[in-house]
Amino acid sequence: MKVLKSLALGASALAFSVGAAQAQFSGDAVKIGILTDMSATYSDVAGPGTVAAAEMAIADFGGKVGNAKIELKVADHQNKADIAANKAREWADVDGVDVFAELVTTSVALAVNEVAVQKNKISLITGSASSDITGKACTPNSVHYVYNTRAMAVGTGTAVVKEGGATWFFLTANYAFGENLERDVTKIVQAAGGKVLGSAKHPFPASDFSSFILQAQASGAKVIGLANAGADTTNAIKAAHEFGVVAAGQKVAGLLVFISDIHSLGLNVAKGLQLTTGFYWDRDEDSRAWSKRFFAKTGKMPTMVQAGTYSAVTHYLNAVKALGTDDTAKVMAKMKETPVNDFFAKGGIIRADGGMIHDMYLAEVKKPEESKGPWDYYKILRTIPAEEAYGSLSDSACPLLKK
Amino acid sequence: MSRTAWLAVVIAFALVAPFAIYPVFLMKLLCFALFACAFNLILGYGGLLSFGHAAFFGGASYITGHVLKEWGVPTEIGILIGTLAAGVLGMAVGVIAIRRAGIYFAMITLALAQMVYFIFIQARFTGGENGLQGIPRGHALGLFDLNDNYAMYYFVLAVFSLGFYMVYRAVHSPFGQILRAIRDNEPRAISLGYDVDKYKLQAFVLSAALAGLAGSTKAVVFQLASLTDAHWHMSGEVVLMTLLGGLGTIVGPAVGAGVVVALQNYLAAGPLGAWVPVVLGVIFVVCVLAFRKGIVGEIRDMVKKSF
Repeated sequence: MKVLKSLALGASALAFSVGAAQAQFSGDAVKIGILTDMSATYSDVAGPGTVAAAEMAIADFGGKVGNAKIELKVADHQNKADIAANKAREWADVDGVDVFAELVTTSVALAVNEVAVQKNKISLITGSASSDITGKACTPNSVHYVYNTRAMAVGTGTAVVKEGGATWFFLTANYAFGENLERDVTKIVQAAGGKVLGSAKHPFPASDFSSFILQAQASGAKVIGLANAGADTTNAIKAAHEFGVVAAGQKVAGLLVFISDIHSLGLNVAKGLQLTTGFYWDRDEDSRAWSKRFFAKTGKMPTMVQAGTYSAVTHYLNAVKALGTDDTAKVMAKMKETPVNDFFAKGGIIRADGGMIHDMYLAEVKKPEESKGPWDYYKILRTIPAEEAYGSLSDSACPLLKK
Repeated sequence: MSRTAWLAVVIAFALVAPFAIYPVFLMKLLCFALFACAFNLILGYGGLLSFGHAAFFGGASYITGHVLKEWGVPTEIGILIGTLAAGVLGMAVGVIAIRRAGIYFAMITLALAQMVYFIFIQARFTGGENGLQGIPRGHALGLFDLNDNYAMYYFVLAVFSLGFYMVYRAVHSPFGQILRAIRDNEPRAISLGYDVDKYKLQAFVLSAALAGLAGSTKAVVFQLASLTDAHWHMSGEVVLMTLLGGLGTIVGPAVGAGVVVALQNYLAAGPLGAWVPVVLGVIFVVCVLAFRKGIVGEIRDMVKKSF
């Protein structure tokens, strides 16, 4: 049966590629492939919510651009780069997918970017963190949309120092990502006049943070920086709560925290945590209006990744609609010259290195008594201008810029 | 049908398959089939349950990826270097592990593999958790552009056939006979004067090197090497493939690998996407409870009984 199906698919792909020479839309349709983590660590941050967001974006276009149907394909990459690359390749070769979207987990994003370049497709990265995606691994076909590690580090690092958090101690996940994050934030803290007193490296992944939190407490630093992600961050926050870190006057700064993490931790545990985010649903009229629609569909408020996926897909479809073609190079050029102005970002610009730079927000998690109900979690302390968060283009390590 | 006729059918199928089925999927299948066959050599014929074969598989893919990307060596040489590296690693692990048997052997291999995994997470050349990306496929023999999926497929098919033939020869040789003797009754093999440890080590190194061959090839196919390949889940997956297909049968592991890879591939796209591990788990339980000899083992018995 499967063989038959692939046969049929193969045959239709052949038919399409023959017809594509004349048609403006490859395969007579605009096909969007969402590769995400549907079942594991990042399924709350991205996962089914990003699929819902993409469905909303497509529905808002009436399911069509011009005469071409918009099709959505979804696959679970299980956070494995090889599965993701395999699927992306198959989508490109067999199904004629035009754009890969979401791509949470940096290894997945980097792997799919390679496929996108080879197959001349577009990748819209909304889920992954690493600044390398627009840095030394940048490609002409990718857009890094929602946030990156630099923006997170700058946002939280500078802001916390400015607010008097001059001395830092890091809890660092003992692998490349954690170390990079610690190094980036250390630079920023020192530039802002702060001091780093030390760091404790914890294994990855870790579930017991007691001894590391005790070290952090003993250091006497005003701020405990969490240079880790996902479950490590939430576990560290829980441990900090159990040891009364915040109550004793120290602050915890999360460098990669999503609203879904706060939702699962609860305000009592997470209160006082400072973090940077690319999107908060309760920021203005537009963001509230869209987020309520999202809530009605999924029963959850969107994370920045999910909101960003809607925005990125819409931006892509707008470019396709304006041009009347899904030709990769033309659409990329159009997307780069059109600013992003929607509920997600105001005046966002896609730069030559593929980074969609937009304002970020420094937030503090509310105390339970300040919150008016579920999902009322953040106080926005400061808007971080795009340029400050993402750095200037001249500092980019992207090889495309050095021509 | 005779054995040769069967073989001809299989070869003919393998040659035309990429025109009907997506070639990259077939290549993945072949890589895992080779990995499972290599594993079967040590488990099925040597009776040693290694729980650390991912270290050889993943290690070779990193080494191959690195030498292809950074040193720019030809594809075949890159794969060869990866395979040799896995063999050397297999020697180091084997020397320590074969001193014990049963569960202790499994635990030692697991522990050493976890150490290797830890090195891969920390080392600079592996790219940590981001993995190695953009490994060039290059040209086969300097002639055929492997960026073409069909050329790549036949290259992988050739590598698989070579590896499979080596396993076949090893099993159907005096060496394989001795290995089975050791598996079935080790004290007796010792009393007959065989240097048991030497044979075990040889089998272990051969198995590790072939697992490495599979890993290296996979790195070239997907143009990336990631921690997934070195993680202990991978060691578990290959045990599943081997048991499911048929322990100690020559084609069983390849069949098992086919079933597991096909399930992973097609279920991930369907509504059962989130349930792949559960489905595999259920299959494993059913396999252990109902047909312990695995798919090929059961079919072989059925054929034997009915004639």
